[in-house]
Amino acid sequence: MNQAAIKLTLKDYTSNQEVRWCPGCGDYAILKTIQKLMPELDRPKENHVFISGIGCASRFPYYMNTYGFHTIHGRAPPIATGVKLANPDLDVWVITGDGDGFSIGGNHMLHVLRRNVDLQILLFNNEIYGLTKGQYSPTSRAGTRSPSSPKGSIDFPLAPCEVALGSGGTFIARSIDTEAKHLSAVVRRAYDHKGASFVEILQNCPIYNDGIFEQVKDKKISADFKVELEHGEPLVFGKEREKGVRLNRQRLTLEVIDLNSGDADGVLIHDETNKVLAQMLATMSAPELPVAVGVIYREDRATYDEVSRQQVALARNPSTSLQELLHSGHTWVVE
Amino acid sequence: MELAEEKLGEHHLDEKEVVDVVVRFAGDSGDGMQLTGGNFTESTALYGNDLSTFPDFPAEIRAPVGSTFGVSAFQIYFGMEDVTTAGDALDVLVAMNPAALVTNVGNLVEGGLLIVDSGAFTAKNLAKAKYQSNPLEDGALDAFRVLDINISKHVLAAVAAFGIGHKAGLRCKNMWTLGLVLWLFDRDRKATIENLKTKFANKPEIAEANIAALNAGHAYGETAELPVGIHIYKVPKAKVAPGTYRNVTGSTALAWGLIAGSKLAHIEMLFASYPITPASNLLHELVNRKEFDINTFQAEDEIAAVCAAIGASFAGSLGVTSSAGPGIALKAEGIALAVATELPLVVVNTQRGGPSTGLPTKTEQSDLNMALCGRHADTPVPVIATSTSTDCFEVAIEAVRLATKYMTPVMLLSDGYLANAAEPWKIPEVDSLTPFPVQHYTDAKDFKPSLRDDSTHARVWAKPGTPGLEHRIGGIERSFETGDISYDPDNHQKMTQLRQAKIAAIADDIPLQEVVLGSESGKLAVVGWGSTFGAIHQAVKRARGEGLDVSHIQVRYLSPLPKNLGELLHNFEKIIVPEMNTGQFINLIRAEYLIDADGLNKVAGQPFKIGEILAAIHEEFAVLGRQP
Repeated sequence: MNQAAIKLTLKDYTSNQEVRWCPGCGDYAILKTIQKLMPELDRPKENHVFISGIGCASRFPYYMNTYGFHTIHGRAPPIATGVKLANPDLDVWVITGDGDGFSIGGNHMLHVLRRNVDLQILLFNNEIYGLTKGQYSPTSRAGTRSPSSPKGSIDFPLAPCEVALGSGGTFIARSIDTEAKHLSAVVRRAYDHKGASFVEILQNCPIYNDGIFEQVKDKKISADFKVELEHGEPLVFGKEREKGVRLNRQRLTLEVIDLNSGDADGVLIHDETNKVLAQMLATMSAPELPVAVGVIYREDRATYDEVSRQQVALARNPSTSLQELLHSGHTWVVE
Repeated sequence: MELAEEKLGEHHLDEKEVVDVVVRFAGDSGDGMQLTGGNFTESTALYGNDLSTFPDFPAEIRAPVGSTFGVSAFQIYFGMEDVTTAGDALDVLVAMNPAALVTNVGNLVEGGLLIVDSGAFTAKNLAKAKYQSNPLEDGALDAFRVLDINISKHVLAAVAAFGIGHKAGLRCKNMWTLGLVLWLFDRDRKATIENLKTKFANKPEIAEANIAALNAGHAYGETAELPVGIHIYKVPKAKVAPGTYRNVTGSTALAWGLIAGSKLAHIEMLFASYPITPASNLLHELVNRKEFDINTFQAEDEIAAVCAAIGASFAGSLGVTSSAGPGIALKAEGIALAVATELPLVVVNTQRGGPSTGLPTKTEQSDLNMALCGRHADTPVPVIATSTSTDCFEVAIEAVRLATKYMTPVMLLSDGYLANAAEPWKIPEVDSLTPFPVQHYTDAKDFKPSLRDDSTHARVWAKPGTPGLEHRIGGIERSFETGDISYDPDNHQKMTQLRQAKIAAIADDIPLQEVVLGSESGKLAVVGWGSTFGAIHQAVKRARGEGLDVSHIQVRYLSPLPKNLGELLHNFEKIIVPEMNTGQFINLIRAEYLIDADGLNKVAGQPFKIGEILAAIHEEFAVLGRQP
């Protein structure tokens, strides 16, 4: 029976495993959104493979009723690459966190993005190590007090979307754990993109880093602190959509302008294919500038797995025989 | 046991016909000695001698010209009887400069033939080799038959017509020398000429110049008045089993064995690796074999390489990864994941001198302990070793068979010597190899990822994309019953024991240990594993020729060990274990069988010499008393 022909539901994508995240964890919301999105992707359930590393986020595959592989710390990207090279028909998802993806696995993240392996990377960024009980992570803001940094962390944090862009990623987006509609739409676009799609999901850890994204998550104030990107639309935000983002040409920086004042000209129009703009958008941080959510950048580029498989397909030759290979070059016969 | 060297007999270049000869070509790393040796090997094989080679090159790609550490050498042992090592002492040394002379002349037998390029014995080069005076003039080489020729001058004259310039002209020196040595042993130039035409297909003038140099060197032998005692030496053809033969290096045979294995298993293969000496040749060979449904992946690091291989295995292909010691160390966590999740994986370790960067281009067998135990936790994997360049083919097939049949990583140990050494190979009939087709699981009824084969205890291989078999695997301990996460103490005990028992039971599926040479009991057994095969074999053969009761046992299966090995070893009064490490296998057999043995341990980056092992055998018999 063709599974794709039957309308599956969220329940079909829910495994029988008890979910073991802390109460109130942002991961629950993300899980629900993805489980709900899966039937809409209209692909046979057995074609989806979720691959994770280690950390709170990486428990994700256990809860999806698809194929899944909970691997080792930081190594989900190369394992996913191996899966995709072996069977390019599979839909491969990498689930990772800020420590898994950018600390121990930073090297692999760089390479899977530059190679443009056709898969989706969902980075659950809570700016903290949860599973090991609260140490600062590579995305923790400088000065973060934690069990391993009681006087405040002294590491300069990295910005995942900036690094992903710098690595040559072809699809870079950002969303928020509890914004189900927005997250679903962004992940859907990531899924539709051919190549390595990178989605940073700002995710709250209620135990070790509670409220870190409150400015962009709290409905009462978030409109002033984030801008939702739409390709071809102006960069406008605020409760009354009264603010815009503009390029300061003298200083080559972005600035916020009040659209109700007389100085409303020059609001930037979002262009997902403009890498220079994408770099500026990826860097924007509150409170000076709104945090950009949505698709920051995309480009079309041949995927690694596609070209790799093409090479094998081109080499394929039905008349090839191993016996011939063994006899290739100089041979001699002893009577 | 001290490493002593048996004094070898007199040189044997007095006769016009000789049984066997050891020739070593030595020069700067830019002198093309490996190419020279490779071509001489081919001509020798085509001539019909048995042979074994030992390419010995520095880690530096282009070391400073004339330096002793930049000397690159290629040694070949060929003869009319079975040849299994590259030989001990040299009968013929070709030294292209003073550095090549000073680093190799110590191995030339008295009365041996020394061919030198006198044109390279300049004051500057002599100083680089730390010669106080010119050895060609001060009598230092009186013990040898010296043929000092200004090769540079002859080469430039030979290639003058091709207008390739002074520098490119001098680069033909190696072919001039090869021409002379081919003449010396009555070998044909045809194969080399063909090779040069192929190699320089895009630069016909370079090809022609090299061919002219080759012919000029050959003509020099024919026409020049050579010193007394230097003439054509005939080495009669070896008596070998009928069949079609070729030369093959360990790397190539191993690559082809992996291809054969995946064909016999009826699955595709992903070979994922990161460049490292001396393992990279496997990747270079396989990347050109995609027509066999082999895909390759040059990963960003060693860890990514093993992980990509594991990913491929999860997806239903065979994942293979390869490295040398330092890289295998990095792969350890990944290998343990494959043990935990019970996925097939072949890990090839081309061992080199260590620790750390150690001696990257030199050989050693010091990763046995790591192969057996170098992972966290109780993480058993089968370990098998290849003992000759041609054995690599069969062992690679066996690694694939064990990995796919038992759903386990398999460690395959090779080493730098085997990887680069060439020997004649009687080409096997592919059709005669027994297939072992993989069955991916497809039955959705009552499926769970913890299903096992009743006889092998191998976990079911259910690949993503199969309808109804959606499941999760991972590094967290899995329930024996369901395959789901389980922190249950009894379950962990059970699963740990299961993993151990599954690998231990492979002992029932491998051949019993045989004796390579000699009887199954007696005074002394020389027990080896890996690339020590050749030297042990020759030493035992010679000792038996002297009437000594000594046997040769070479162990391929290092974990699990063959079921009868303990009993077999107990049949001997004394055991010697030659190893290119400080005693790793000897500790294993002592621990497993409570057997005493004497270790013979060489960690010089060079393979054992026959004489070293023969000396150890004699030493044992001095204690044991000679057999009547």
